[in-house]
Amino acid sequence: MSSPDTNAEEIVEESIEPQEELVTDEKREAFIGSITQDLGSGFVDSHIDPETDVWVRVTQEAWLETAKILFEKHGMNFFSFLSAIDWKPSPFGREMDSAIDDLDDEVIVETEMEWGIAGGEKRFQLLARVHNPSTHMGVNLKADLEGDFPEVDTWTPVYPGANWHEREVKEMFGISFKNHPNMVNLYLPTEFEGHPLRKDFPLLSRRAKPWPGIVDVELMPGEGDDEAEELGEET
Amino acid sequence: MSNEASAQQLSYIENQASDARVNIELETEGMTLNLGPQHPATHGTLRIIVRLDGEQVVSAEPVMGYMHRGYEKLTEVRTYPQVTTLVNRIDWLGSFANEVPFILAAERLMEVEAPARAQWIRTALFELSRIANVVLFLGDMAVQLGATTPVFYAFRDREFVLNQIESVTGGRFHPNFDRIGGIKDDLPKGWIQETKDVLVRINSFCEEMEDLVVGNEIFQTRTRGIGIIPADTGLAYGLSGANIRSSGVDWDLRRDGGVGLIHDQLDWKVWTHPDGDSFARYWVRLQEVRESCKMVGQILDGIPSGPIMAKVPRIIKVPPGEAYVETENPLGIMGYYVISKGDLVPYRVKIRSASFNNVSITPWVLKGVYVPDVISILASLYFILGDIDR
Repeated sequence: MSSPDTNAEEIVEESIEPQEELVTDEKREAFIGSITQDLGSGFVDSHIDPETDVWVRVTQEAWLETAKILFEKHGMNFFSFLSAIDWKPSPFGREMDSAIDDLDDEVIVETEMEWGIAGGEKRFQLLARVHNPSTHMGVNLKADLEGDFPEVDTWTPVYPGANWHEREVKEMFGISFKNHPNMVNLYLPTEFEGHPLRKDFPLLSRRAKPWPGIVDVELMPGEGDDEAEELGEET
Repeated sequence: MSNEASAQQLSYIENQASDARVNIELETEGMTLNLGPQHPATHGTLRIIVRLDGEQVVSAEPVMGYMHRGYEKLTEVRTYPQVTTLVNRIDWLGSFANEVPFILAAERLMEVEAPARAQWIRTALFELSRIANVVLFLGDMAVQLGATTPVFYAFRDREFVLNQIESVTGGRFHPNFDRIGGIKDDLPKGWIQETKDVLVRINSFCEEMEDLVVGNEIFQTRTRGIGIIPADTGLAYGLSGANIRSSGVDWDLRRDGGVGLIHDQLDWKVWTHPDGDSFARYWVRLQEVRESCKMVGQILDGIPSGPIMAKVPRIIKVPPGEAYVETENPLGIMGYYVISKGDLVPYRVKIRSASFNNVSITPWVLKGVYVPDVISILASLYFILGDIDR
């Protein structure tokens, strides 16, 4: 590459056009078709992001069964992570998670839940990802969990790596795992009360100190007013 | 035989018997050894409770949380550009590499793509952080096995790489340089030539390590056949990066699923090793530093001209959606699962850090090994505490 300017741009343009878009889509659709059949009533919903990713939502009862099927039939023997999502917005309203730190205003509390990709019905959702290192396809799994302190089967018989992840989910979200070999806190002290990653767990530093981002969204002199309106904040 | 002598003999036998009883008691009870929290082999504050039977490990249980900073909660109250400041501090030896997958996830949600020049510079810095990170490992592993010299070479030569990172980003350890839609600044004048000189240095450092450490008989006896991890077990525990490649799994995200970075346009090779022992993990990392040098060299020759930022709004609001982006970071696969609700802040960010999974195999791999091998195995698994505790 003697003249970097021209050559490199050509290479970039070549690589932007993917030739095998249809092929990879078929791969993921075939995967969804196969897993729908295997899971039967355990399968709830799915979503394909063409050429990038795939999501599968299963029932709480089918959680362990899903892992077994993925491991044995689809070669997804790489365990990436296991976590959870709390879909119920914080009861402290926007002051907890907005950029506008206006505590004098009435706190707007959102209570309606909105779910992400592949839908949802319950407050807590499990989220996990496994991967096939030879076909290079990963899958994101979700499962709705019943109740405020749900219980679900552990994945450790299939993926021993889930051990620590499940301990983390237990202390951070209050979701326990049946038949887990060592269900004790991973990070937090034993006597710690509450589950920090739940949305209703207050972040004290956030309430005691002003929003650090307020400096970041200050407008430069002479910049448009529309952005200021959008933020509802005059500087 | 006189009475006196027989009494002496009897008491001797009695003493022997009681000693044997004590020995048996000691053996059955075993011993609990606290490794850390501040042992140098732990790269931070990891405590490992090791139960011993004589010199052999019966069970090992790592205790974490000495450095838990709650980044997953904190990201929920930071705007997207501010999150990079936090995630910089996850794996502090290769900070820039931490920012990249998060920025790529945000870019995917916003459907923004960085211009070519930004992607090339990003990849160059990504690989330079890998060099800075792994070079330290190459010296550090040796110092933990008792050879003090290599670590000084490592610190000396790593500094040149950090200087290059600093002259672009302004930060030795925490660059905070990656932006949604591109990078903050362009390269400074003369940087390309300086970096080429540094690459020569790093290559000669690799030669030195090959002679000093890999070829060393003591090093070989202490690492070969120690801490063998079969590929299946490693994958089920979620081992990634050089740790799994040294078990013979030919899988590197830079080649097999790279997004946003330009590794697929470079000429390089994925190294694997069939053994899966401590030695293999060292050897694979040594080769990877060389490959990284090769990549950076090619990038320096081929950086295209053009803008470094795509058009993004000044105040970044990410449209609702979910995205998971993972990259091959110095320590292994690092990914961010970002959920956005269309706000200035992410709704939830799940950080999948490499060391967390890499260390979760320790109870399995340490079972039955001898105490000195514990150090060799821990050092070769190579974790950073910030990357475990997040």
